[in-house]
Amino acid sequence: MTRTTGTVFGVNGNMVTVDVKGDVSLNEVGYISVGDQKLKSEVIRIRGKQAEMQVFEQTGGIGVGDTVEFSGEMLAVELGPGLLGQVYDGLQNPLPQLAEQAGFFLKRGLYLDAIDKARSWEFTPKLEAGATVSAGDTIGTVPEGIFDHRIMVPFNISGEWTVRKVAPKGSYKVDDTICQIEDAKGTTQDLSMLFEWPVKRAISLFEERYKPTEPMVTKIRMIDTFFPVARGGTYCIPGPFGAGKTVLQQITSRHAEVDIVIVAACGERAGEVVETLQEFPELTDPRTGRTLMERTVIICNTSSMPVASREASVYTAVTIAEYYRQMGLNVLLLADSTSRWAQAMREMSGRLEEIPGEEAFPAYLESVIASFYERAGVVRLKDGSFGSVTIGGTVSPAGGNFEEPVTQATLKVVGAFHGLSRERSDARKYPAIHPLESWSKYPSAINDELVAYCRDILLRGNEVSQMMKVVGEEGTSLEDFVLYQKSEFLDSAYMQQNSFDPVDGSVTIERQRHIFRILFDVLASEFDLHDKDNARSYFNQLRQIYLDYNTSEWESDAFASREAELVKLINEKRTGYDSTAEEIRNRVGSAVG
Amino acid sequence: MKKIYSRIEEIAGNVITVTAEDVRYSELALVTSGHGKSLAEVIRLRGNKVSLQVYSGGRGVSTGDEVQFLGRPMQVSFSDNLLGRIFDGSGRPRDKGPTLEENLIEIGGPSVNPSKRIIPRNMIRTGIPMIDLFNTLVESQKLPIFSVSGEPYNELLSRIAMQAEVDLIILGGMGLKYDDFLFFRDTLEKGGAMDRTIFFVHTASDPVVECLMVPDISLAVAEKFALQGKRVLVLLTDMTNFADSLKEIAITMEQVPSNRGYPGDLYSQLAARYEKAVDFEGAGSITTLGVTTMPGDDVTHPVPDNTGYITEGQYYLRGGRIEPFGSLSRLKQMVNDTTRADHRGLMDGMIRLYANYKESVEKKSMGFRMSEWDQKLLRYGALFEAKMMDLTVNIPLEEALDLGWEILAECFQSDETGLQSKLLDQFWPRKSIRDEQETA
Repeated sequence: MTRTTGTVFGVNGNMVTVDVKGDVSLNEVGYISVGDQKLKSEVIRIRGKQAEMQVFEQTGGIGVGDTVEFSGEMLAVELGPGLLGQVYDGLQNPLPQLAEQAGFFLKRGLYLDAIDKARSWEFTPKLEAGATVSAGDTIGTVPEGIFDHRIMVPFNISGEWTVRKVAPKGSYKVDDTICQIEDAKGTTQDLSMLFEWPVKRAISLFEERYKPTEPMVTKIRMIDTFFPVARGGTYCIPGPFGAGKTVLQQITSRHAEVDIVIVAACGERAGEVVETLQEFPELTDPRTGRTLMERTVIICNTSSMPVASREASVYTAVTIAEYYRQMGLNVLLLADSTSRWAQAMREMSGRLEEIPGEEAFPAYLESVIASFYERAGVVRLKDGSFGSVTIGGTVSPAGGNFEEPVTQATLKVVGAFHGLSRERSDARKYPAIHPLESWSKYPSAINDELVAYCRDILLRGNEVSQMMKVVGEEGTSLEDFVLYQKSEFLDSAYMQQNSFDPVDGSVTIERQRHIFRILFDVLASEFDLHDKDNARSYFNQLRQIYLDYNTSEWESDAFASREAELVKLINEKRTGYDSTAEEIRNRVGSAVG
Repeated sequence: MKKIYSRIEEIAGNVITVTAEDVRYSELALVTSGHGKSLAEVIRLRGNKVSLQVYSGGRGVSTGDEVQFLGRPMQVSFSDNLLGRIFDGSGRPRDKGPTLEENLIEIGGPSVNPSKRIIPRNMIRTGIPMIDLFNTLVESQKLPIFSVSGEPYNELLSRIAMQAEVDLIILGGMGLKYDDFLFFRDTLEKGGAMDRTIFFVHTASDPVVECLMVPDISLAVAEKFALQGKRVLVLLTDMTNFADSLKEIAITMEQVPSNRGYPGDLYSQLAARYEKAVDFEGAGSITTLGVTTMPGDDVTHPVPDNTGYITEGQYYLRGGRIEPFGSLSRLKQMVNDTTRADHRGLMDGMIRLYANYKESVEKKSMGFRMSEWDQKLLRYGALFEAKMMDLTVNIPLEEALDLGWEILAECFQSDETGLQSKLLDQFWPRKSIRDEQETA
């Protein structure tokens, strides 16, 4: 079969117009020949005999009349064992290998195998000749890190097939044939461990999709206790620059209790990815004892890399996430930042001279964002096991204003909203998640009623503080002032967390439940405080001990003695217990442990 | 020898269009008009219609002028001969020195492979406490100075240029007032820093297109020096002028504007420049400080806003001081744990108290009674502003840390500071300044 070809007619930024001879399809990949380089591009619009293509590389040097070869395939990623621990660009080129060949700088037109073809894997067959299979069924497994990587029937195979042969247990390379299947008409097909899947199509080989309810523990108190994320859920972190979006995602990528983390650094600073790149191979995953890198895939298309592959990078990431979900694993995809991805769409839309929507974003922005987040979910697979993809995306709203199109389109489709605030980060209150504006539709890992009681204190304390700005401290009643102190205590002692502290940096859910009880006691108790200065110094004392308590190692002597100090201090001044709190506590007490 | 075209079909702003064959995207051409010769760059191809932006501007270009394509992209000469020299945006000498044509390098090259980057690890000392102590500048960092017209940002840049511990300074001026240009030149000459400095200066009266070239040309030269092992500091002023030039060209090219007339790729354009900041393993580094003036002091304006998302923090220069709020060096965490044990704790603690001071000032201005605590904060705030924030203070980091403890001890009891007990035990001055005065 001859491939369709064409010649370049025009160049405008990273968009090239091509005169096509033959048939061409939308989203098909083509290569533009410039000298001895072939530049990967994707068809994004077809008009008559002309196709408009976005080029995944810098376009300098392309001339009218240069030849273009079309591949006949959509933009796809390679799936198979060996993805974990890799660092890819937006088109799944392994960056370290690229560096070995090209040195410090990226080289245009250099594309490498995404998966190492020379590496051998210990294959164990899971089915026998004669079995009936369809797309997504497990043929066998290979060990990849701590996981049993399922070798599956390629997802693009349709209908039912009969297995003719399966390779016996042994060592194979990804390209080796490990299975031969035959359909009803007698056509046979050889299968290897490797296959391709187009990135812009969701993988939907599961029996049923469920509502996400089980918490995905991030070990960040404010998130797990107050604004939880569920496995298979979605959440977004919008915030102005400098508010700590990326740090929050980095911490999550380290501590989150999931099997696999896919980090998509999309159009952000290269420096931040480097921290992950350099540190993950050194850090140990407490759950497995292996390095964090062995459970991580990094898709890295930073801001100075070509914008078209930035657009592709989030799809590459989510496709790899879905692939591992098909093995019954819990996968977390962190995309930083989805605004850069949306801007990449805007740039292309502008070049295509489409009629612009709000802030010149294309009119299809909302539907594209929605369909991306909808690729998350917890599903029951055909073999009865469960897998999930959780998606957390940061949003970088222009001017820090949440009214802008990308934030609004995202808020419509996510289950939790962690809005970062400039005031909090300026005051060095980290994580700078705004406790009054943020929300989550998922159940708290502590208990929803207890948490609601705390949030109420925070809300009322905030009202007092607003009022105090007008009437001053002297115009505030002692009762209100104590309420205000309680809300400040909740914020500074529990919600704020020092991510650089080895102990405070990650707090297990067990510890959160434990220390939450003391927090709750402080918030719910009535104290014998005779004036405001007395109240202030009492809460300062409490706070100071609680902060030291937070940095003491779990179940250590220091931890126990701080706790004893706190309990003593509370009991000394306690005169009563709020009846509402008492009632909630008695009802749900056992649930808190 | 390439063909010469003598028929310009369209002239709009700085963009001319000719019908030509065998032209490549981004190629350079020489336009010869009655006012002299100018370089021009291909910015759009459509069939045989070629659009070029003319570096010296479209003004005075005639439809009958000659266009000759050069078959190469924009290049600049690179050698040690650049040191101490002053050039314009297309690399022509601005001083009276000779034109340099040896060892030409391309500008706007590919970006660094992220996997070849390393974690920043070296602090750049500037002697300015608001930088060294509170928002440490780190090698390979990119930081903007957000400011408004009238603020002494060029003075600050020149102080950093004089005091910063680096091997080489490249100063890229965009839309610089001629006076400011002279100020930079004279200050650096007087301070004896000229022989480690290279200027690429576009002044406000020069053609707009040359303004666009300044960051690329400065960074291309910086990259080569860094690869030779030099620690280079690139100072860019003012990036808002650069963005405005981008806007001008985009509008001329009839691109759909996104936000306040700026092109949709403003973020990518700025990022392509800022991301050149890098630390090469086994070689040198590029650190970038760029001034971004905020029109109307509005940080949500597209230029500062997009910049903030690209850079690793920012310095706010307001009222002649680097503001402690908002100013942030995102990379300081990489280095300030190895400077001195109290660096981090003191830095956070002092800023937290300064924030409380601001609240007290607000309360005071509304006429509320000042509590004892408020009085302490007021005293602290005044001392902090006078001794730390003043830009003329020039002391090494260690002295600045000691000074910080002194200020705290003069105003507060140790347990009021909210600092960790561990730090207080080790660093709290046994004798505060006040005690000393009293004993004296």
